[in-house]
Amino acid sequence: MNEQSIIHVEQLTKRFGDFTAVDAISFEVQRGEIFGFLGANGAGKTTAMRMLCGLSMPTSGKAFVAGFDVYKQTEGLKRNIGYMSQKFSLYEDLTIKENIRFYAGIYGKSDAFIKDKTARLLHQLHLEDQANKLVGSLPPGWKQKLAFSVAVFHEPRIVFLDEPTGGVDPVTRREFWNLIYEAAATGITVFVTTHYMDEAEYCNRVTIMVDGRIEALDTPSALKQTYNASSMNEVFLQLARKAKRNGDEVKTA
Amino acid sequence: MSAVQAYGLHKHYKSGKASVEAVRNVSFEVSRGELFGIIGPDGAGKTSLFRMLTTLLLPDKGTATVDGSDIVKDYKAIRNKVGYMPGKFSLYQDLSVEENLEFFATLFKTSLAENYDLVRDIYVQIEPFKKRRAGKLSGGMKQKLALCCALIHKPVVLFLDEPTTGVDAVSRKEFWDMLSKLKAQGITILVSTPYMDEASLCDRVTLMQEGRFMTTGTPGEIRDSFKKTILAVRSADMFRLLQDLRSFKEIEDVYSFGESHHAVMKDGYSLVNMESFLASKGHTEIYIQTVPPSIEDCFMQLMQYPHE
Repeated sequence: MNEQSIIHVEQLTKRFGDFTAVDAISFEVQRGEIFGFLGANGAGKTTAMRMLCGLSMPTSGKAFVAGFDVYKQTEGLKRNIGYMSQKFSLYEDLTIKENIRFYAGIYGKSDAFIKDKTARLLHQLHLEDQANKLVGSLPPGWKQKLAFSVAVFHEPRIVFLDEPTGGVDPVTRREFWNLIYEAAATGITVFVTTHYMDEAEYCNRVTIMVDGRIEALDTPSALKQTYNASSMNEVFLQLARKAKRNGDEVKTA
Repeated sequence: MSAVQAYGLHKHYKSGKASVEAVRNVSFEVSRGELFGIIGPDGAGKTSLFRMLTTLLLPDKGTATVDGSDIVKDYKAIRNKVGYMPGKFSLYQDLSVEENLEFFATLFKTSLAENYDLVRDIYVQIEPFKKRRAGKLSGGMKQKLALCCALIHKPVVLFLDEPTTGVDAVSRKEFWDMLSKLKAQGITILVSTPYMDEASLCDRVTLMQEGRFMTTGTPGEIRDSFKKTILAVRSADMFRLLQDLRSFKEIEDVYSFGESHHAVMKDGYSLVNMESFLASKGHTEIYIQTVPPSIEDCFMQLMQYPHE
């Protein structure tokens, strides 16, 4: 295994009955990288991501995330990763401060750490005045930014973001990506899925999954060159159109 | 007579002491046979507007007609002649594909056979799964079934609330192809979406934010109303480039835009100044080119300078 690689995946496979959702995928992600994970609906992205987060047991193959084995060391793995789901998962009827306190507490952070870091975070997000407001009362864009900040609050080595910017206005979407860049600059590895193809351009490297396999993996500029395309949208359409399955056989775990 | 006419529609919600203005004084018209897009992020007020027009929610102020019927007085007539596909999947998960279609057909005293021409293209794609329960379908197939159910009584106006949200680029394209076929059959379509790039697929669009229509027109008219120059800028280090561009005085606004950054330039800017500024900051592989504004550029401009 490469010294710098924070995710190491080899022939990772997941079958549900006779359906192969993820079909022998292999890749490495480097520390501090922003790694885009694209694919059509039903291509196997969510299943792959669930295995890497220690939430779903692979059928075969190997995977190490932050050095932890996804078969045997799922508890250690979960402590060292952050996760933001596409569905908003903070508590709407807790305040901003209470949500931070709650999630940081789950990760076993000390009171001193939480107090100090909460103050810095609220300052950074310009949310000092809002700290005691219910999260439910925040505008949608703010909720997304806060959810991301909570997902990396415990300083994980890698954060998984599942369609973090769906439905977010264009200005906030860019502010969100600024947060991603800042996190990556501190050494946090970012593993992100998105349906916005312009966001694929913001990743260091991008994979495109088709029918459970990794069909392409490279930097956005190299992919555009390989597929003779002017945008990542074109690359995606060329690859995803080859898909044979439309997701109707897919069962979720 | 227009398919939809709205004057000063207004809706607010109260939750405890807080009051949210969901739709603020919205007026617009949609012509017959038009494909009209409402483009805006979550929380812009798109769903509240659709729910008022489909008679599921009463406005606080303002009036509107759909196919000539008043949304308050003639609500029963409207319910018989519009099709509505809500953003959230709302068919019966434990009925089969076939049973769902039959259920909606019966509600409207019609049958699949009666308007088969209208739904054929979509129906043939879900027909292989007609015995399957709706809850067991993939996202794309659910969406096609929901569209079939919304069309089964041959509505005069079709309301589609975020039909492509969370859908991949390939399926989104297929969905828009279906819409243009429906439009060719004379159905008026109002569709909402958070994806700015879908605006160009509509005849006319409105850009909606915080309950207001910021601007309405053909995609071309909206792009033409953007008067400033936009430069697409790239260099070897894109993240640092963005920070440096923010400090350049001849730029009004700058943000990332796919593989380039878009710099909205102040009047009287100088390309030479910009090039030497970037060189002085140590940037290499500098690329600068004027680009036409996209709907997304217009949206961001309007969000920041709403009263211009």
